[in-house]
Amino acid sequence: MDDLLLEYLPILVFLGIALGLGIILLLAAAVIAIRNPDPEKVSAYECGFNAFDDARMKFDVRFYLVSILFIIFDLEIAFLFPWAVAFQDISMIGFWSMIVFLGVLTVGFAYEWKKGALEWE
Amino acid sequence: MTEIFSQLIAKVEIVTADLIASNFGLALILIGQGLLMAVFLLLSAYFLIYADRKIWAAVQLRRGPNVVGAFGLLQSGADMLKLVFKEIVVPAGSDKFVFFLAPVVSFVMAILAWAVIPLNDGWQLSNLNVAILYVFAISSLEVYGVIMGGWASNSKYPFLGSLRSAAQMISYEVSIGLVIIGVIISTGSMNFGAIVAAQDTEYGILGWYWLPHLPMLFLFFISALAETNRPPFDLPEAESELVAGFQVEYSSTPFLLFMAGELIAVFLMCALTSLLFFGGWLSPIPGLPDGVFWMLLKMGFFFFIFAMIKAITPRYRYDQLMRLGWKVFLPFSLVWVVFVAFAAKFEFFGSFYARYLVGG
Amino acid sequence: MGAAVFAFYLFALSTITGGLFTVLSRNPVHSVLWLILSFLSSAGLFILLGAEFVAMLMIIVYVGAVAVLFLFVVMMLDVDFASLKAEMAKYLPLGLLIVIVLLMELAMGLAVWVPSDGAKMVLGAPIPSDTHNTAALGLLIYDQYFLLFQLAGLILLVAMIGAIVLTLRHRKDVKRQDILTQIYRDPDEAISLKDVKPGQGL
Repeated sequence: MDDLLLEYLPILVFLGIALGLGIILLLAAAVIAIRNPDPEKVSAYECGFNAFDDARMKFDVRFYLVSILFIIFDLEIAFLFPWAVAFQDISMIGFWSMIVFLGVLTVGFAYEWKKGALEWE
Repeated sequence: MTEIFSQLIAKVEIVTADLIASNFGLALILIGQGLLMAVFLLLSAYFLIYADRKIWAAVQLRRGPNVVGAFGLLQSGADMLKLVFKEIVVPAGSDKFVFFLAPVVSFVMAILAWAVIPLNDGWQLSNLNVAILYVFAISSLEVYGVIMGGWASNSKYPFLGSLRSAAQMISYEVSIGLVIIGVIISTGSMNFGAIVAAQDTEYGILGWYWLPHLPMLFLFFISALAETNRPPFDLPEAESELVAGFQVEYSSTPFLLFMAGELIAVFLMCALTSLLFFGGWLSPIPGLPDGVFWMLLKMGFFFFIFAMIKAITPRYRYDQLMRLGWKVFLPFSLVWVVFVAFAAKFEFFGSFYARYLVGG
Repeated sequence: MGAAVFAFYLFALSTITGGLFTVLSRNPVHSVLWLILSFLSSAGLFILLGAEFVAMLMIIVYVGAVAVLFLFVVMMLDVDFASLKAEMAKYLPLGLLIVIVLLMELAMGLAVWVPSDGAKMVLGAPIPSDTHNTAALGLLIYDQYFLLFQLAGLILLVAMIGAIVLTLRHRKDVKRQDILTQIYRDPDEAISLKDVKPGQGL
């Protein structure tokens, strides 16, 4: 087998172990502990009265904005990784091309800041 | 003593070489190593909870756990047993499958990241080329435990807690990623062995990355606090606002899994801090032997800092938290990446920022 | 059967299962969770191909970021999926028509598919064992594919601006905190000590 794949085999095995451990722990209480549910016990946690409606409600669009911005910056970081690894062998063009790329994204970042997209209210 | 030890290791190596040759032996070794790592993690979680509570108590001039066992050492075990014997309450209207999937995901992801963390030169389950990228990837999955837990409970507090927590965790992941980029530029590799080797200079503690990357050390550590939802950034479970955040509806072992996952994730951040900035298993004083002892000591020290911060800082407000992440940490770490790039490319400080030059 | 072959079938099967249940699940959140399973197993397939970096990116970008956004959208947007389902019957014929057209296009495309000589040569060439594929990618992307890389940057910029233009609604009626003015406030100006005599007041 490939050397590279051989390095990934332990991770697969470890995933199995971790999953097994988690499920055993989860099942331990299910098997050992008594279960005696009643309507009051299993009702959702509230301040003493029943919930008016479903807990899953609409919420501020700002959360979507944060997660979209996160995707964009995550991609930027994804582009930075190979650049950082190959940094010592990279040509001057490669070096400056990344600086330009970061510059372009900094323009976007400045726009965000100016528009107040980073403010939380 | 060390001679016997090295002979023993040599013997073990011969035996393992034989075993690896056969597939069955390989499987056996892999499972053994995996179990060893899992036992190490669970044991450390056991004592970390104890240490956390003792430190917290000491700051508040209390005694902390001191009844169960000598010095209260068995307290964590007693708590675990108590949780196992508790009833699992499944709230009405919850999504049962996702409800139980969430704690398992949060536990498994916290543990899984440890597959590539070396405790000593070569003491790791798998030696990936992209090790640090792997840790980054796995820790970006930890957010799912929180989102799924909050959504599946079908209750208002968990739902709001999980929303907050998800936005917080993804915000700080960006700056953690950028800090890691800076370290990779200095090293030229994503392998932990190479990162530690690059810090192995003749200057001991002064050769480690904390000195060239000093501002990033603080930034990384604070982001790590936010990423693992530790105080002062424990907004998802701010008890004065959200009762217990996404964990409100969880009891018994599902709760235990969340707890253990969170603690192991904190310990992972301690390990990352020691590997990236404090030379991992290298000894601080030139001349003293390197070894697993140093790594454990450094991890323990950073956990102590984690616990102290928990004890002495007041909680952040949510809008301030988001401001800190997006308006301070992100631009600062971005500027730092550019600075490190220029310093390494044009060798402003010799090989201070470009360790690959000296072949470390 | 070697472990690699076993892993291939495991990942391939779970990719397909994940994809299938993404479509079939009644609950949209379950759909996204199945989609995540699909992403994760395709990351596994990439690793089997030796493309470590792409596999990790798959997890970081798709599972760690894009799927979080999907989850946000389907969990919390109050979309009435029952009525959406009810309208499905209306659009079914049109959908089937598109499926047929796509299948025909695929079939025609595959029928005339001829791999070029260069591709065969590249496939046969051994992967150099001393370079890691992340570093190899790093050497290529930034100078050989300079233009495409910069275009990617511009696309990200457009995405950033688009997201803000579409979603940002600035509220006027809230009080905001200006942290810098707070930090730079001079205690000498803000506080003054007055000596108040008993029984007199200021």
